Amino acid sequence: MKKALAALAAATMLMTSMPASADLIVPNLSYRTGPYAPGGIPYADGFNDYFTLLNQRDGGIGGEKVVIRECETAYNTEKGVECYEATKGGGALVYNPLSTGITYQLIPKTAADGIPLYTPGYGRTSAANGKVFEWVFNYPSNYWDAASVAIRYLLNENKGDLKGKKIALVYHNSAYGKEPIRTLTELSKKHGFTLVQVPVDHPGQEQKSQWLQIRREKPDYVVMWGWGVMNAVAIQEAANINYPMKNFIGVWWSGSENDVLPAGMGADGYKSLAMHGTGMDYPVYQDIKKYVIDAGKASGAGDQVGSVLYSRGMYAALVISEAIRKAQAISGKAAITAADLRNGFEQLEITEARMAELGLPKFGQPFKATCADHGGPGAALIQQWDAKAKKWSLVTDFIAPDDDVLTPLIMEDSAAYAKENNIAERCK
Amino acid sequence: MLYREAGDFKTSYVADSQTFPIKFDRIRYYIVVAIAFGVVPFLINDYWANAVFVPFLIYAIAAIGLNILTGYCGQVSLGTGGFMAVGAYACYKLMTAMPDVPFVIHVALAGFITAGVGVLFGLPSLRIKGFYLAVATLAAQFFLVWLFNKVPWFYNYSASGQITAPERMMFGIAVTGAGTPAWAKYLFCLIILFALAWLARNLTRGSVGRRWMAIRDMDIAAEIIGVNPLTAKLSAFAVSSFYIGIAGALFFSVYLGAVEVGEAFGIQKSFLVLFMIIIGGLGSIFGSFAGAAFLVLLPVLLKNILVGQFGWATDLAAHIELMIVGGLIIFFLIVEPHGLNQLWRVAKEKLRLWPFPH
Amino acid sequence: MPETVFYALEVMLNGLMAGIMYALVALGFVLIFKASGIFNYAQGVLALFAALTLVGIMEGQVPFAHLINAIFGTSFHTFGFKVPALVAILITAAIMTLLAVLVERYILKHLVNQEPIILFMATIGLAYFLEGFGDVMWGSDLKSLDVGLPKGIDETIESLTSDWFGYGFFIDRLDIVAAIVAALLVAALTLFSQYSKQGRALRAVADDHQAALSVGISLRFIWVLVWSIAGIVALVAGIMWGSKSGVQFSLSLIALKALPVLMLGGFTSIPGAIVGGLIIGMGEKLFEFLIGPLVGGATENWFAYVLALVFLVFRPQGLFGERIIERV
Repeated sequence: MKKALAALAAATMLMTSMPASADLIVPNLSYRTGPYAPGGIPYADGFNDYFTLLNQRDGGIGGEKVVIRECETAYNTEKGVECYEATKGGGALVYNPLSTGITYQLIPKTAADGIPLYTPGYGRTSAANGKVFEWVFNYPSNYWDAASVAIRYLLNENKGDLKGKKIALVYHNSAYGKEPIRTLTELSKKHGFTLVQVPVDHPGQEQKSQWLQIRREKPDYVVMWGWGVMNAVAIQEAANINYPMKNFIGVWWSGSENDVLPAGMGADGYKSLAMHGTGMDYPVYQDIKKYVIDAGKASGAGDQVGSVLYSRGMYAALVISEAIRKAQAISGKAAITAADLRNGFEQLEITEARMAELGLPKFGQPFKATCADHGGPGAALIQQWDAKAKKWSLVTDFIAPDDDVLTPLIMEDSAAYAKENNIAERCK
Repeated sequence: MLYREAGDFKTSYVADSQTFPIKFDRIRYYIVVAIAFGVVPFLINDYWANAVFVPFLIYAIAAIGLNILTGYCGQVSLGTGGFMAVGAYACYKLMTAMPDVPFVIHVALAGFITAGVGVLFGLPSLRIKGFYLAVATLAAQFFLVWLFNKVPWFYNYSASGQITAPERMMFGIAVTGAGTPAWAKYLFCLIILFALAWLARNLTRGSVGRRWMAIRDMDIAAEIIGVNPLTAKLSAFAVSSFYIGIAGALFFSVYLGAVEVGEAFGIQKSFLVLFMIIIGGLGSIFGSFAGAAFLVLLPVLLKNILVGQFGWATDLAAHIELMIVGGLIIFFLIVEPHGLNQLWRVAKEKLRLWPFPH
Repeated sequence: MPETVFYALEVMLNGLMAGIMYALVALGFVLIFKASGIFNYAQGVLALFAALTLVGIMEGQVPFAHLINAIFGTSFHTFGFKVPALVAILITAAIMTLLAVLVERYILKHLVNQEPIILFMATIGLAYFLEGFGDVMWGSDLKSLDVGLPKGIDETIESLTSDWFGYGFFIDRLDIVAAIVAALLVAALTLFSQYSKQGRALRAVADDHQAALSVGISLRFIWVLVWSIAGIVALVAGIMWGSKSGVQFSLSLIALKALPVLMLGGFTSIPGAIVGGLIIGMGEKLFEFLIGPLVGGATENWFAYVLALVFLVFRPQGLFGERIIERV
């Protein structure tokens, strides 16, 4: 009986969800519930709002309206699969699940179904190797870039010498958190610093022993790979032990307002990496206010505009929209398919001039993808939290990663994947 | 009228002790099996396989496994997630170490390995009883997850610790990996579930099952009448873990394709499977199916109605969905406290008397 | 190496403090289990719900704003005023009491005399329901909770100890507050159950339902009473944990940290919850300090259960649990 009902509902759903064939369908696998909702909500809002802006202001992309199909995953891989299967029919163009776990599942599935997967700043790092991962794109920056940029920044701070320094890595004890370990180990050999690994189990509500350890070992710097409540607790505990905040650097997923606000003034001076600029001093926000917010079309509660993760969702949407434009130019038609979009992604170039034109000057780094390079230049900024003004401000320009160390690692990991799955290299 | 014993004469002991003594039941059972094997595979598509049937079948295997331990033998376990992880990682190591062996053997071996681990963690059950026993299985849960996360050998030294199932064929058709056709996934899980459910049904009504139930109902009394608690409890742990290990192997290789231990096999999974058997009915194979259906299919159904039909915002729908599931659990309890299985049993009793209830 | 000794001492002290935080959560479980034999799965969600409500009231949020806006196309978010912390705590306590009345009326009343597993299942349903309800009511984004509790290292202790031993110990001021609150809470609960009429009735029910009923104690009243006390304990736990990490879904997962404490201390003993918390807190932190680095760290979660398991092998009913008497 229940099954029959489910059948009925799903069948009608499939029927009603068939869009007018001319629209550009972009699924948004978001999470607005569950333990990681505070991160998922602003990201999804930024993603949706940017496409709403394009629809309202420009009438879509190349005359085609963009239709967002949102589906709730709660950061759960099983729900992620359900969402993927529910949305992939009906001309879904690209997936951006904002979860490393779901990304790992979708890599083989999207390749089999011929749909591009865009994972900026998360997911599988070695997917930067386009020779093996035909359908995955993770430019402009990935985890290993981030680890390298953090060390580069510290090198700059220390006049190029980290010998004898001690750097602690506080990480989420999961696939995501373990990503930078290999890179940092390599870099510690190269630059002669000691790496102390401090794992924190999900969800990370209790980190007393970790921070007592840091208090004892007195590392010169602490680098953090956290997500969700773990970030806020870590920053609070660091403040508790009076760890100097200026020596505490989080990855870009540990650098949103949610992470620093609960610690109040204690978080002042905390730094994090950033893939893109911060704040609302960009012309695009005037348009978003005019066409989206004041028009009452804002996604969610509309209270996240301008936050770090909102900008990140917006940036992902921007790259996707540019790839769609590129694909339209290549294929010569407005209603592109997923395969066209893959070509668009692969030949995408975003210059500083183009970013300024889009209302986001000096927001992201310019990059150009090729058949072999799906990872982009991988540079990142450092931002710092001002607890009094309650805002982030950028303290550096874009810092490039150390490709001498990263490229061999990426090659090694992608080669292992290619071997396990019998994939022949492309782009000869 | 149709549903009664009267007029259905048994002429041999074998016929008398069959699983479904009532003719109507037998026919219904044959029809369900015929539809499951003969009709569904031809109609199924990717959405139905990946989002509805395959998870349902796999959770049903896990639920039967836990029901053997908790429902039939009375030993509370909150280590299901951890034991599923053992199955998944054993399957992964076997698949990558011996790619030429047929996949179904890997799955079976994964089950046996899990059975061994289960017996090990079942040892404290000889001393600790009741709800306190949960601590032993909880220790297993957290320790196993930690182990698979920490020791790189288990995930073949990959950078992030994710394990990904390579493609494996059965009779020339892929059953794991992204290229698997929907019907192959479904049928593979269905065959395993069918075999295991048949085995469980027959184990539980035989002498082994009666020993388990004696231990459950009162272990001291059972010991006095000659049931050895050591073998009874540990055999329940072994059989239950075997089922759960197979569920874990399928969950990883056929259903998800890539897993990360903390996320896929965390404590929430242990609770979820426990909820399934309590809601479905403890000590009942049918209850395991009903509970799995309730907790796997209902959320998908609600989501499709709320988001797909009414067009609600996804977050609002997700919250309301939780409220409805919770509300329904409470409602069913108040109507019938002994699980969905009891509702089914009451319905059958009513049918037996229909249309002359007096 | 006297340094190592100091480190170990510091870890132990902080472990004890963490243990008190666990015990605060465990107390709620014990209260309900003692009075009604229900293992209340919803206790963690109760803490989350209490903390969400508290923040919502303090910030003057409009409850169900999202739902109202979705249905009527309005855009309410806040009333535009803030409520002082103390008043908000009192209102929240009242709401938790109301919740207890509703739980009794719509769930427990219908399930009198059922087996424990069925009541356990009812609390599962309640947990699902409350989780969704809390989110619909207050939204699922992160909220920071500041009721004015002190946070950060206690400098007095640090400078004193560094004068005496040459090593400054770290104690979080929030933990000190938590210890004081826990002590007050236990004292209040003990006084209440020993010396007040309702408290004695509560103990009578815990001893024997049937006998209590036969001398005219209202079971339904006792259930409301004990669920409201558990709700208020959940509020206290929610405030303590929420002050540290902000309030959102993860707060409900603190119940997991209370499980080994319960198993170790026994489900029926309030001192058991406290002592169990202290042992678990100290044990897991010390193990992480001594053995953790050798095996790669993050051992706390499983070691807590292994520790509880070791104790249970010797005392199967928990440290303070009632002796299990088996009869055929």
